[in-house]
Amino acid sequence: MPDFGYKIAKDRQIDYDENKRLIFSEVAAWEPSIYRCISCGTCAATCSAGQYTDYSLRKLILLVKRGEEQEVITNVSKCLLCGKCQLACPMGVNTRNLILGIQNAVKKTTYAV
Amino acid sequence: MLQEGKQALWKEYQKEIADNRYFYVRSCVRQNFFPASEATFLKIITEELGKDIYEHPSHTSCSGIGYHTDVIPFETTMTMVARQFALMTEAGYPNLVPSCITSFGLYTEVLDTWHHFPEVEARVREHLRKATGREFEKPANIAHASDIIFKLRNEIAAKAKHKLVNHITGKTLRGVEHIGCHYSKMFPQKGIGGAEYPYVLIGMIEAWGGEVVDYPERRHCCGFGFRQYLVKANRGYSVASSKKKFESMEPYKPDFILTNCPGCPYFLDRWQYAIAEMEGTTYGENGMGIPVLTYEELAGLVLGYDPWDLGLQVHQVSVEPLLDKMGISYNPSSKYVGKNGKFLGVPFKPNTLKVC
Amino acid sequence: MSKTVLIIGGGVAGLEASGVLSKLGYTITIVEASDRIGGKLNRWANLFPTQRPAEEVLNYLKFQLDPNTSIITNTKIDDISLGKTQVSATLSNGNCIQADAVLVSTGFEFFDARKKEEYGYKIYENVITSVDLEQIFKDGKELKTSQGKTPKRIGIIHCVGSRDEKVGNTYCSKVCCVTGVKQAIEIKERIPSCEVFNFYMDLRMFDRHFEDIYKKAQVEHHVQFIRGRLSEAFENPDGSVMIKVEDTLLGKPMKMNLDLVVLMVGFVPSSSSVFLKKGLQLETGNDGFFTPADEHYKTVCSNQKGVFFAGACTGPKTIENTITEARAAALEIATYLNQN
Repeated sequence: MPDFGYKIAKDRQIDYDENKRLIFSEVAAWEPSIYRCISCGTCAATCSAGQYTDYSLRKLILLVKRGEEQEVITNVSKCLLCGKCQLACPMGVNTRNLILGIQNAVKKTTYAV
Repeated sequence: MLQEGKQALWKEYQKEIADNRYFYVRSCVRQNFFPASEATFLKIITEELGKDIYEHPSHTSCSGIGYHTDVIPFETTMTMVARQFALMTEAGYPNLVPSCITSFGLYTEVLDTWHHFPEVEARVREHLRKATGREFEKPANIAHASDIIFKLRNEIAAKAKHKLVNHITGKTLRGVEHIGCHYSKMFPQKGIGGAEYPYVLIGMIEAWGGEVVDYPERRHCCGFGFRQYLVKANRGYSVASSKKKFESMEPYKPDFILTNCPGCPYFLDRWQYAIAEMEGTTYGENGMGIPVLTYEELAGLVLGYDPWDLGLQVHQVSVEPLLDKMGISYNPSSKYVGKNGKFLGVPFKPNTLKVC
Repeated sequence: MSKTVLIIGGGVAGLEASGVLSKLGYTITIVEASDRIGGKLNRWANLFPTQRPAEEVLNYLKFQLDPNTSIITNTKIDDISLGKTQVSATLSNGNCIQADAVLVSTGFEFFDARKKEEYGYKIYENVITSVDLEQIFKDGKELKTSQGKTPKRIGIIHCVGSRDEKVGNTYCSKVCCVTGVKQAIEIKERIPSCEVFNFYMDLRMFDRHFEDIYKKAQVEHHVQFIRGRLSEAFENPDGSVMIKVEDTLLGKPMKMNLDLVVLMVGFVPSSSSVFLKKGLQLETGNDGFFTPADEHYKTVCSNQKGVFFAGACTGPKTIENTITEARAAALEIATYLNQN
């Protein structure tokens, strides 16, 4: 193969049809309060981890819902499990159990792969 | 797809296209990419259809590429455009016909700017006068060269030697079209059929016996996009854009891609080679590519011109499968013989992309 | 002889005002352009936020009408002018009407979704509007794609023709957000396995119970809400529609194939507004809706004596607000007629 000096850029568009959403099906059954999330960002604003990394529970939930699983895997371990987000959430999402569920689903699905 | 819905929309986007006395301005890059397209346009307009078209030897670039890459300020661009208008005025031709889509968009944009800001026009007139001593009248009509071919598509069809039909099976050939961004995205009213469902190339394909398929990524950029190509580090975006289009059109098994812009056929043609080399993927039949044509090349084929006179041998994707379907006879041994009779040499064969 | 009121438009506002004015002893003539009274309610199956049948409200409006009300359907007003104390109208059936007051209750029209060319309404087979969907519900038909299949994934597109300078409508149509939520739930009730997505810019759940059904849609029906406006749509070879939006809360472009796309069309002023504005010398805003004498405390009065407004002719409105306004207008008209 000739060296062109550049590679075909990776598409950053979310392809909803290609994405599998395996983590989501696990998590939604484990912690149905994920459906209550309205993406308000209260959780992310108060999050200790989010002050120093690009971690945001609001985004993590959306990544799970859209099936952007690689990004879920790189992000979910940043949570410190302090529980402040659960205190802050106005919709009563059980965030602590949700994050544990995502972590478990990640393990399950990565093992499955 | 509900055709009547499209047709209703197309009716709303008609435009005035001059009938004769054209002042032709060439594209900077087409003469290199697709060398015979402009010559073919002139031949069709004059020899086939008997129109009066004139090219001024002193015309220059419209400076559109420089303008769109922030190299040339708009003030300078407007003055260069004013100079083209001055040449037109001096030659006594009222109707401007740019070969390039970006030029077409730029001329339209400059005139629109002057319409809204007459003081800018006055300033540009002053610049031109100081720099060259020239004066100008604004064109009575601006139409892109593809608009002219669109207008004359039925006359061309009447003289057709070949139809866009498989001459063995009788099956209508399927084309996909790609319109240059600056044709109607900036000024939808200036494009035949508007910006969302442009009709200019569809009209040609239908008039010449073919069928057009509307593929999902039709509106996506061809991959030229000035900024995404001119800097080498960005070319990955350019090739990715073309790839998105190929993947979208492939399920429809198009016999050809038709374009009306200088950059689009170049990138849609050459990137099929690059993608094949980088990823091993090809999009046409039997490991070949999907032939990419300019509208002049397609008109030339329909009119029975020799494919090698149309410059089809400089395409990266072989056009022979399309020629075979249309029943066009060609001499493979003269493919690489130049206009002066000298042998041009045979290009290297790609590793993956199959070529004739 | 009792004083007379001409009501232009026999929809929700016109019917409610007519009933109240009859009870107050006035003689009413309703002129309705279409073939029947009831306005847009005739085309609607169920109403937000409670999903009660639209027919219940329609029946109430018809029931409370005085039997002596003169109702002229299939008739337009050809000419209208204001005298010193009376208004005169020439009807398309040739008759002339004199009245002591006139109520403009011309309502609204649905935005013509074909104007959003890139959405492909009337071009792509599986792109319909909220009005089309409601008609399917009303007719009791099964929800199918144009290929006759049960849709597996449906997208509801908010703000079609609203908050959109390109089509000339800068305003919010107010009721489409909650209609989108209501219709999402109704789709899920009919086809529980169907994935339903609402694509929105903002969700304006401003009224009582609205937030409740928004939550119900998510928690009970798993309807997904994606913040991003549809930029363009394409038809796939199988007739499904590929859409492009940005998932703005993730900051990423997204594409998705949908079996059916439902466009939540907004309100535009009734086409009669231009004519009535001229004939009665009324004022309209930049949006084309009539401007009342005061936008806070004289919302049912116009800039002309003896001319009153009720309902969506002064801007997008819910049915309950329209009915409240119609009663206020009736009272305002009665007060005006008593003083003269």
